[in-house]
Amino acid sequence: MGKPTGFIEFNRELPADRDPLQRVKDWKEFHLHLPEENLKKQGARCMDCGVPFCHSGTLISGMASGCPVNNLIPEWNDLVYRGLWREALDRLHKTNNFPDFTGRVCPAPCEGSCVLGISEPPVTIKNIEVSIIDKGWEEGWVTPCPPEKRTGKKVAVVGSGPAGLCAAAQLNKAGHTVTVFERADRPGGLLMYGIPNMKLDKKEVVLRRIKYLEDEGIVFKCGVNVGKDITAEQLRSDFDAVIIATGATKPRDLPIPGRELKGVHFAMDFLTANTQNLLDPKVSFINAAGKDVVVIGGGDTGTDCVGTSMRHGCKSLVQLEIMAQPPMTRAANNPWPEWPKTYKMDYGQEEAAAKFGADPRGYLTTATHFEGDENGNVKAVHVVDVEWKKDDKGNFGPQKVPGTEKVLPAQLVLLAMGFLGPEQPLLQALGLETDARSNVKAEHEKYVTNVPGVFACGDCRRGQSLVVWAFNEGRGAARECDRYLMGKTSLP
Amino acid sequence: MRNQGLPSKQGLYDPQFEHDACGVGFICHMKGKKSHKIVSDALQILLNLDHRGACVEENTGDGAGILIQVPHKFLAKKAKEEGFELPSVGQYGVANVFTSRQGGSWPATKDLFEKVAAAEGMPVIGWRELPVDNSTLGKSAKASEPLVRQVFVKRPASCLDDVSFERKLYVLRKVANNAIRVLKIDPAWYAPSMSCRTLVYKGMLTPHQVGAYFLDLQDADMESALGLVHSRFSTNTFPNWERSHPYRYIAHNGEINTLRGNISWMLARQSLFAAELFGDDIQKIKPVINIDGSDSTIFDNVLELLVLSGRSLPHAMMMMIPEPWSGHESMSEAKKAFYEYHSCLMEPWDGPASVAFTDGTMMGATLDRNGLRPSRYYVTHDDLVIMGSEAGVLPVDPANVKHKGRLQPGKMFIVNMEEGRIVPDDEIKEKIAAEKPYREWLDKNLVKLADIAEGAPAPLPDHETMLQRQQAFGYTWEDLRMLMVPMARDGVEAIGSMGTDIPIAALSNKAKLLYDYFKQLFAQVTNPPIDCIREEIVTSPVTTIGREGNLLEPKPESCHLIELKTPILSNEEIAKLKAVARGQFASAVLDITFDPKLGAKGLEAALDALCAQADDLIKQGRNILILTDRAVSAEKAPIPALLAVGGLHHHLIRQGTRTQCDIVLESGEPREVHHFCTLIGYGCGAINPYLAFETLDDMIRQGLLVNIDHKKAVYNFIKAATKGVIKVASKIGISTMQSYRGAQIFEAIGLSKSVVDKYFTWTATRVEGSTLEVIAEEAIQRHRRGYPERDSQVHALDVGGDYQWRKDGEAHLFNPLTIHTLQKAVRTGNYETFKQYSALVNTQVKQFYTLRGLLEFKAQTPVPIEEVESVESIVKRFKTGAMSYGSISQEAHEALAIAMNRIGGKSNTGEGGEDPERYTWTNEKGDSKNSAIKQVASGRFGVTSLYLSQAREIQIKMAQGAKPGEGGQLPGSKVYPWIAKVRGSTPGVGLISPPPHHDIYSIEDLAQLIHDLKNANRDARISVKLVSEVGVGTIAAGVAKAHSDVVLISGYDGGTGASPQTSVKHAGLPWELGLAETHQTLLLNNLRSKIVVEADGQLKTGRDVVIAALLGAEEFGFATAPLVTLGCIMMRVCHLNTCPVGVATQDPRLRAKFTGDPEHAANFMLFIAQEVRELMAQLGFRKLEDMVGRVDVLEARQAVDHWKARGIDLSNLLYRPQVGPEVGTFCTEAQDHGIERSLDITTLLPLCKDAIEKGEKVRATLPIRNINRTVGTVLGNEITKKHWHGLPDDTVHLHFQGSAGQSFGAFIPKGVTLEIEGDTNDYVGKGMSGGRIIVYPPAGSTFAAEDNIIAGNTALYGATSGQLFLSGVAGERFAVRNSGVDAVVEGVGDHGCEYMTGGRVVVLGTTGRNFAAGMSGGIAYVLDESGDFKTRCNTSMSDLVALEDKAEIDSLYQLIKQHAEATKSKKAFKVLALWEQNVKQFVKVLPRDYARVLKALEKAKADGFTGDDALIAAFESNSKDASRVGGG
Repeated sequence: MGKPTGFIEFNRELPADRDPLQRVKDWKEFHLHLPEENLKKQGARCMDCGVPFCHSGTLISGMASGCPVNNLIPEWNDLVYRGLWREALDRLHKTNNFPDFTGRVCPAPCEGSCVLGISEPPVTIKNIEVSIIDKGWEEGWVTPCPPEKRTGKKVAVVGSGPAGLCAAAQLNKAGHTVTVFERADRPGGLLMYGIPNMKLDKKEVVLRRIKYLEDEGIVFKCGVNVGKDITAEQLRSDFDAVIIATGATKPRDLPIPGRELKGVHFAMDFLTANTQNLLDPKVSFINAAGKDVVVIGGGDTGTDCVGTSMRHGCKSLVQLEIMAQPPMTRAANNPWPEWPKTYKMDYGQEEAAAKFGADPRGYLTTATHFEGDENGNVKAVHVVDVEWKKDDKGNFGPQKVPGTEKVLPAQLVLLAMGFLGPEQPLLQALGLETDARSNVKAEHEKYVTNVPGVFACGDCRRGQSLVVWAFNEGRGAARECDRYLMGKTSLP
Repeated sequence: MRNQGLPSKQGLYDPQFEHDACGVGFICHMKGKKSHKIVSDALQILLNLDHRGACVEENTGDGAGILIQVPHKFLAKKAKEEGFELPSVGQYGVANVFTSRQGGSWPATKDLFEKVAAAEGMPVIGWRELPVDNSTLGKSAKASEPLVRQVFVKRPASCLDDVSFERKLYVLRKVANNAIRVLKIDPAWYAPSMSCRTLVYKGMLTPHQVGAYFLDLQDADMESALGLVHSRFSTNTFPNWERSHPYRYIAHNGEINTLRGNISWMLARQSLFAAELFGDDIQKIKPVINIDGSDSTIFDNVLELLVLSGRSLPHAMMMMIPEPWSGHESMSEAKKAFYEYHSCLMEPWDGPASVAFTDGTMMGATLDRNGLRPSRYYVTHDDLVIMGSEAGVLPVDPANVKHKGRLQPGKMFIVNMEEGRIVPDDEIKEKIAAEKPYREWLDKNLVKLADIAEGAPAPLPDHETMLQRQQAFGYTWEDLRMLMVPMARDGVEAIGSMGTDIPIAALSNKAKLLYDYFKQLFAQVTNPPIDCIREEIVTSPVTTIGREGNLLEPKPESCHLIELKTPILSNEEIAKLKAVARGQFASAVLDITFDPKLGAKGLEAALDALCAQADDLIKQGRNILILTDRAVSAEKAPIPALLAVGGLHHHLIRQGTRTQCDIVLESGEPREVHHFCTLIGYGCGAINPYLAFETLDDMIRQGLLVNIDHKKAVYNFIKAATKGVIKVASKIGISTMQSYRGAQIFEAIGLSKSVVDKYFTWTATRVEGSTLEVIAEEAIQRHRRGYPERDSQVHALDVGGDYQWRKDGEAHLFNPLTIHTLQKAVRTGNYETFKQYSALVNTQVKQFYTLRGLLEFKAQTPVPIEEVESVESIVKRFKTGAMSYGSISQEAHEALAIAMNRIGGKSNTGEGGEDPERYTWTNEKGDSKNSAIKQVASGRFGVTSLYLSQAREIQIKMAQGAKPGEGGQLPGSKVYPWIAKVRGSTPGVGLISPPPHHDIYSIEDLAQLIHDLKNANRDARISVKLVSEVGVGTIAAGVAKAHSDVVLISGYDGGTGASPQTSVKHAGLPWELGLAETHQTLLLNNLRSKIVVEADGQLKTGRDVVIAALLGAEEFGFATAPLVTLGCIMMRVCHLNTCPVGVATQDPRLRAKFTGDPEHAANFMLFIAQEVRELMAQLGFRKLEDMVGRVDVLEARQAVDHWKARGIDLSNLLYRPQVGPEVGTFCTEAQDHGIERSLDITTLLPLCKDAIEKGEKVRATLPIRNINRTVGTVLGNEITKKHWHGLPDDTVHLHFQGSAGQSFGAFIPKGVTLEIEGDTNDYVGKGMSGGRIIVYPPAGSTFAAEDNIIAGNTALYGATSGQLFLSGVAGERFAVRNSGVDAVVEGVGDHGCEYMTGGRVVVLGTTGRNFAAGMSGGIAYVLDESGDFKTRCNTSMSDLVALEDKAEIDSLYQLIKQHAEATKSKKAFKVLALWEQNVKQFVKVLPRDYARVLKALEKAKADGFTGDDALIAAFESNSKDASRVGGG
């Protein structure tokens, strides 16, 4: 089936992004859509492998290789090639509750392990995924489908991020009555506030899904801080089972001199307020307009800070990365199908480069202290180059290179250096054991905590990770929870 | 009646899988003149067939014997000596009987027999003990030697004619056997014959011993007008006197493939037997068949019954071995009617067979429909008819020869001694066919399904419940897109690549369909598979259903049946059957669903109820039982259809009512070819797969199937399924659906004996496993998937994952993690990473993926690893699997060769030749690209004298794991110029590998090929590759007896370029079983020390290797894993030529992506060896050979925690036969190939020394006999070794006089001319590599050469260049797969020029049927004097065109002229004399593909291309040509 020679005949093609200088003027999504004919050709590039690594979702050298929710990629590529979008959507939904999210925000380990990637640019899996689900919504194929029978069991899901939403959706399908608790004012967690609108549109995409879930019968209780607004005991007695999906929300700090200065913020505070403001202009936010901005951290969140600052109209922008610039192609010790650690220019950097002339990232650089003005506002960041090597104690790490000190002007500093783990109070209130990394202790694929009837999934169990791993965990926790409630399960 | 001599069933050995084959011959006086000379000549014939039999220990043959007429003169004399008087001839019956040598039982036996005889009205006249000389008998023969006695009984007055006396004697023999042997009065009791007309002397003797042992035969008064002799080649070495031939009516060379089904049907029919002729005696003759006997025994049993119940012997033979009649273009209506009518009485006994038969008054012979055994005869001027498996079995003065003939496929001839003439086939058969108005009977009674009134319309497809029902029947998305789409869209079954690496059904965690527990059996060695595509003329999908009549007294109404064109029924057709109301037909519908809530108990109860209901319905006269599962619902789960069908079939056999009705199935379950195969194989008459049809409808609606309407899709699906079943049947050598039905050609793996005994009686199941509880659980799980209590899944079919790896699908040994880890390990050369890989694999293995996973090592005293054999020494036992250059790229192929040469292992060319440049290539590292193992497969591509001479081992591929019993096809689009070059073919022209080796239709044929190849390279080991299946052990024993040096047992799971999915998944068995069975059987036969045993099939780790060694292997093959080390990522698209890593593709763009390095493959081998060493140390073994067969260090892990596997019992796998210390457990002795005694070594080499060494001319004249086999091949090898491209033509010119043995001139190179004045046997010019062979009748012959047979079957098989001139007619399959020889012959048998790819063949006479089948290249010119050649030519790939081109006409003239000059052929001179006139009668046969490529080449040359560039240009323009026919 499919087109056996498609990969030889067609080149990889992605839809163009909107022009960086134009798109920074608004908050709309920056990807455009590819015409259907082109998408079919892209689907035809899929080789329908006997062993589709893209679909495998294994951990190799600690990184995801292939799709963690095991999307049936070859199947729907083939169906797209043949124009069978509806069938493609069914098969996409079979493994993935919310392809509209992953299709937008996933870094696509599937493409990193695509077999075609051994020698050619891989299949545009992520773009095909999002095209399928967008078409599904457009055509009205995505309709709520509440379960025919209810089991009478009640389940609480704490946290409405990707893991919580997946768990809730699956448990609801299985016939349980599901209540999702969210301490923020809107559901979605990271999807709502962690990822900026130009990457994942809140009204058109996230809230649309939330409504769909509500229509299927899930109750969302926002602004409820479990442990405070409702006690752990009450939660346990009101519900037959509890799913903890609170995420890894504790940000990594940078305890250097000047950290207390005004204008030094955690990335999440910056991004959350920004989105809240977009949805409700009454809410105030941290504005980068006219400022020299330094973003510390070269990951996705850092990029989102860059993109957001660009839209505010910052004056200048520097992004600090402590690691070296990755190679343009795979290094010898990073072979296919491992996650390719290669240089990528993401949307934020692209925008900054368009405006300021160069990739804003400075590699092998770290901040040594923040310098404030008389009012306690930050005014500069002192940085130094580093070198990765063993110190005199034999520990491998970044060593400062003397004589490379620099001072960067900054009125806004954003810390985007990742997250350390879940916040502990709720866990303690529930009496949950944690592991050495402060995550909830529960085995992958089992999700059972030390407290009967309480399951944990997503970043709060796994530590900071990809949205798609959260999906994997949410679905798995739902399955195990269903088994716990009913004695058997047919959830996947 | 357990046979004497054979060991009982033990371990994996089961005597029922014994095979034999042989040489057969007879001499008879046409006018019935008796003489002693006939007897002594017959014994002489036997001597000359010696090489077709076998012996293992000196002087112990596999059996030989002679059947003669009752020698009254001699017997009367002897009776007198014993003191009694014999009445006149015909008035007494005489029997030779085997009795026990331990005399104790004799008085009782004698007394009992006399009583029985008297009671039957045939008082005993007297006894005599046969004088024998057993001094020359071998040890085993002597140990089991019976005392042979002769008994005479008086003819009852009531017997007015000889036939009625024969009938009474038959009853007496049966009654006596039941009284004496069955009741164990004397367990040795056996009567080779008991007749008033014939007498049989036979035993476990060599041909030489027969005359010497039975002193009677030497007596000058021992006179007969006929002598039928037989020499046996058995696959075992066990002493057995009874299994020698001749039997009472026949001597048989061949094999009955349909035996299991024939037996079942005979047992079922038995209850209906009634015959006036037998009267009350009918009860006494049961059981009619000796089910412990060999196929020949049973065939003889049934033939005897048919004859004694009133049919003539030829009539009975026509019933049992019918010609292929249904599609015959020139058969008379009457004859077709005869066959059609009789097909309603009995299914054909199908398989290769040359059967000589006699009742003492006539002598006859017949050949199977395929002509798979050779039968040659001479008629002399002094009225003798001499027939044998070979020509030249009895020296006859050329001037005395009146006619030389051969038996043709499906044909019969009879020597009528009363009329004193040979009655030809047509006359016999037309006469018999005219005896009854069969056509009238058929017209009146046989109903065609098309003529039956329409029934109620089928329920409309229900899309609402579609998905639910699909899930309840276990459908997956993969089933739809991978299996059903190709069937419905293209009418063909799906193709896949790279074998299978999923668990067997009983070890899978998934709910498998019951079909998956059954593995298809296939033919290898002892009988050939059939090419059902190219030789479609012999196949037939037609079956009949209804109530059978009494076999013994046929009536017009016996054919009152419904005829089906295919057993796969459309919805309209099943509706007709449900509503049938015509004649005596009465159908009934039986529900086959059960209540899933009741579990296994409910299932069993439902099955019992089904059987009871069927019994009732049969009593009511219903004769078409339609089982249906349409009632499936949330409350009703379908009973696995195969369970219902098999269970009912065997229930009815046990009830004796099976033939009173037929079973028809209407089920949602079956959808792939294997499902239909098993259902039909277990007796189902017809199947309506309604859900498959609904699914097609649904797929069309969804757009998954496009450009096709429902009707066409159903038509295609039925076509693909029907062809698929025929193909599977053809793999075991069965050509008709009717014979396949009920034939049970399967082995169950992982099913408990309790299930098999009740529902699939007589099926082998050797490791047991799943019980009815498991089967019920699997059915319930599937049902629950469709009708869940809570609907919590997305409404879409499950993925499947059997054919491609999927996360939630079936488990695969090669998955993303194992592939990646292995590649990383070999690329970095890191043994620790390799250990991670092997740990991953071994863990999976232990998670019940494989049988070996269930084995554990017992704790042993370890030895220090330093004391264990080195890695360097272990890797010498490693080989890479046979993968042809063509299936994999040059880069991959050469990388493997370099890697294996570097480490001292062996790589295998695969089937596809090798570029001679590789024999000399080297680099600074001293690497070599020469593959150590050269494979010889059925296509014989690139198999030349030079190729063979460069081998260290020559492997005969009998079967391959991925598609045992099948051939292959390389479509023209893949025959790139560089591939064509090494295969000796034309770029762009498709190549076909036939399913069988056309020179191996039996074990003695294999022995011949082994001999040929050993002659072609005496330094190379000869290896035979078999695929694991039940009975492979006995075949391996036969292979050892055929003098193979190595036998390879391949697992079924091996990979390959392209195979039908049916074969990939469902044919063959894991190597563990085949290997263990082989080792055990070889030990029992004391043959293990004579042959090296090798294993392969998904060997992936050191643990795998060690287990293989412990189960009996000493060498090991790897294929998939080395490919993975070279970059293969298990795309499984090898058949599409789109391999993206350049491993399995010829596309230069993709080959450029190859990144493999020999280093990587070498690392893998070294790592494996290191792991083996570590395990050896742990187990306390220092040398690998010490490990071989040490099953005692293994134990079976109890799989108690697995819901299915816990029933598995591996004790048979771990069985150690009790044999003495003299029995070797690994190969220690070299085989004696007997080449030192050959004509080449003793005579030709010394004679041709100067030619070989100095290229000087040699001329000589020598005598030759049929026992001189493979003449010229050693000579050719010596020349080739010195002169790679041969010598100038005619450097050696040898002139022989006489009858040449088989394989005359095999592989002879350029420079050698062999001339024969006389005749030749089978395989003349096999693999000829540039030489020249000339054959013509001897001076003084009185017959017209062009009307007489001069060469046997399968001449020029795989020949690549040279010339052959035959002044006379050749047998079947002349020039099969010829790729370059120019040949002239004066007539050929059926299937001439089959699969030919090059060269020119001129036929100055008539051809048989099916000329040019599968011919893709070369040209044939046929002198079509009668103008009807086109009716016999298969034009599916070729066109018949007129000869016009003048240059071509000239070159044809020159070729015929050469023939005329070389052979002095009168026919040729005649043709040349009036050339202008005669040339118009030539028809040119030109393969379409070939014609187009020639044209493209011409154009390329016109465009200025030359040499290889022209070929490439032509190939490219041709591959874009849409009208290609040979393409894929």
